[in-house]
Amino acid sequence: MKKFTFVLAAFATAVLSAAAPAQAALKVVATTQDLESLAKEVGGDKIETDSLAKGYQDPHQVEPKPSFVLKLNKADLLIVVGRELEIGWLPPLINQARNPKIQPGADRYLDASGFAHILEIPTGQITRAMGDVHPQGNPHYWLSPENGRRIAQGIQKKLAEISPGDAAYFAQRYADFDKRLADAEKRWNAEMAPYRGTKIVTYHRSWPNFVETYGLNVVGYVEPKPGIPPSPSHTFELTQEMKKDNVKIIIIEPYFDAKTPNAIGRDTGAQVVTLAPSVGGAKGAPVADYIQLFDYDVRTLVAAFKAAGVK
Amino acid sequence: MLHAVRVSCTGMLVLAFVALAAAPARAQDPQAELKAQIELLRQQLDALQQKVAALEAAGGQRPAAAEAPATPPAGATPPAAGTPPQAPPPAGVQVPEGAAGAGGPTGPLPVYGNTSALSKIFNPDMAVIGNFIGAAGKNDVAPIPALRLNEAEMSFQAIVDPYARADFFLSASPEGLEVEEGFLTFPTLPGGLLMKVGKMKAQFGKVNTMHAHVLPWVDAPLPMTNLLGGDEGLNDSGISVSKLILNPVLFLEATGEIYNGDNGVFASHKRGNLTYVGRLRGYRDVTESTNLDVGTSFAYGHNDAGPDATTRLFGIDATFRYRPLQEALYKKALVRAEMFWSRRDLLAPGAEAKAFGAYVSADYQLTRRLFGGARYDFSDRAIDPALRDKSGSLLLTYWPSEFSQVRGQLRRTRYAEGATANEILFQFLFSIGAHGAHVF
Repeated sequence: MKKFTFVLAAFATAVLSAAAPAQAALKVVATTQDLESLAKEVGGDKIETDSLAKGYQDPHQVEPKPSFVLKLNKADLLIVVGRELEIGWLPPLINQARNPKIQPGADRYLDASGFAHILEIPTGQITRAMGDVHPQGNPHYWLSPENGRRIAQGIQKKLAEISPGDAAYFAQRYADFDKRLADAEKRWNAEMAPYRGTKIVTYHRSWPNFVETYGLNVVGYVEPKPGIPPSPSHTFELTQEMKKDNVKIIIIEPYFDAKTPNAIGRDTGAQVVTLAPSVGGAKGAPVADYIQLFDYDVRTLVAAFKAAGVK
Repeated sequence: MLHAVRVSCTGMLVLAFVALAAAPARAQDPQAELKAQIELLRQQLDALQQKVAALEAAGGQRPAAAEAPATPPAGATPPAAGTPPQAPPPAGVQVPEGAAGAGGPTGPLPVYGNTSALSKIFNPDMAVIGNFIGAAGKNDVAPIPALRLNEAEMSFQAIVDPYARADFFLSASPEGLEVEEGFLTFPTLPGGLLMKVGKMKAQFGKVNTMHAHVLPWVDAPLPMTNLLGGDEGLNDSGISVSKLILNPVLFLEATGEIYNGDNGVFASHKRGNLTYVGRLRGYRDVTESTNLDVGTSFAYGHNDAGPDATTRLFGIDATFRYRPLQEALYKKALVRAEMFWSRRDLLAPGAEAKAFGAYVSADYQLTRRLFGGARYDFSDRAIDPALRDKSGSLLLTYWPSEFSQVRGQLRRTRYAEGATANEILFQFLFSIGAHGAHVF
């Protein structure tokens, strides 16, 4: 019994020893690298940033590792994509974070989707027969520069609220980002302008905001339904459709198996283009921030359009 | 019908104007701001025009049905995404292509769905998981039925108030309905503590904390059955407190728990006969794709051999995981081992039964939907450690989607009495309702 009393005492000591963490720069944790990049643009050196999911990782399929609990434990602000993108992994992490500040609904829990223009909000009855549908709309909304701008502005306001002394600094950083983004948008719009209305196919419904921005026309998906892997019958139908519509481009994300898109490409003569769905989402090319993300995607896509002989 | 749509469109426009008027001006030049706002408004108007055109087209095809008594929404009805098209055509279950969003730049999150959805807002997340198990082959020692809906687990989970959340798991099985777990979690306590109160699975090792539907096997390994009190395991009413021990090297979590003392292993003779459980868990990412998770646990409490007889349990667990981030959909491997020691006072004074059990299990993802696995497990029996059962299994699991799975398990068990059982177990697991996330 003595032994157990001792072990119990040891546990009790461990449990109760409260190590008070020192407060330094504002620690901002974002669930994705895109949101981290936008926070960095606005927060500059007044904040320390970190993110959970990597840009080359499927943001639906993240494992709730305990190492993420440690990041959340120290966070002064948590920025999430929302719209149930992180529903499969974030709730238990927040629950275990032992951080009252970042609990859903708390002051330091920032849902970036509240600032964004959201597409594909289902109306009427939805069921899982439709695949992995997001009842609150498509969560891949960060892929339009206008939404990036709005999110950055939302983060700026939140940071100013948390740290009023630095409000002018954040406002100035935001204005600078806004200007750089506007300049870049002119460039991207000009590069993409010749391809407005081009018919394309994408793997997952990750690009509605992107294609809306540049006027591309998605005529089909490699997935028969969101989150459901390609089936032979759907692939056959898609191939027929693509031949009929003369679709020359298939956009895929780096985390999907390229076998089926490649086979479709061989059959239809379409180019398979792997775009970066997020900051940090391209192999071998540095896509280090939000503006570089669009630089990379626009450049890659325009090259593919040219190679495929579109217009 | 169309009238109703127009009214709601007008409502949305009015709301959009109000939202824009309320939106604080950007630090940029007001001219550009105005332009951006007009552009946004134009986009919304285009989307609405398309929607109205689509509805008019649909209405033209079904004059009688579509012109059914339209109930113009009163001004009080929130216009956001309200009034879904009534009598949706068969294609209505499809996500509309590029449906215009309702979220303004600074507005609150819009509410989706209809009035019945509104009435569900504060209902907990609900799900039901069916666990259907079948068995073939010969087992004279511990046979299970040939076909049986082993369990329907119902979960109800919600945030209680700004300070707590609650999780209920009710298990309906051929034995009856019981509260498998029902507890309150306080995630916002001071001092970095996480507290749970209620009936719950004790934090003893790994397999004891898992619900049947997250196990990588159809059955539970032998140490669970022989040493931890069967499928239910250490599951009791009590209080659990855990804390992160912050350090630069690894994730370290200490948990201390006190239970009432009545469960599969322990028996409480009087109020003071509580069960104590402690656990220390360490975790570290080895690389981006691999990690190591180790833990040690102990449990102490009285047993049913006599008023002063106690049982002490010790456990060690280790898990190695591999899942490359970029190929997370297709590649995954996990190797896990757990060892259990049981020290149980017997009826005779001074007599003690020392039993040991362990299992090693490996899972490997073969393709996006197919998983293979193997397990070797053995265990002494808690009361008579001279009897040791041994078993080996091979598994194949197929996932049609993340909400259902089909599993087959080839199992050979050699019971201590000398009997050998060769069996095929199979399982259908299916889940409806809210998309629950599991603790890692």
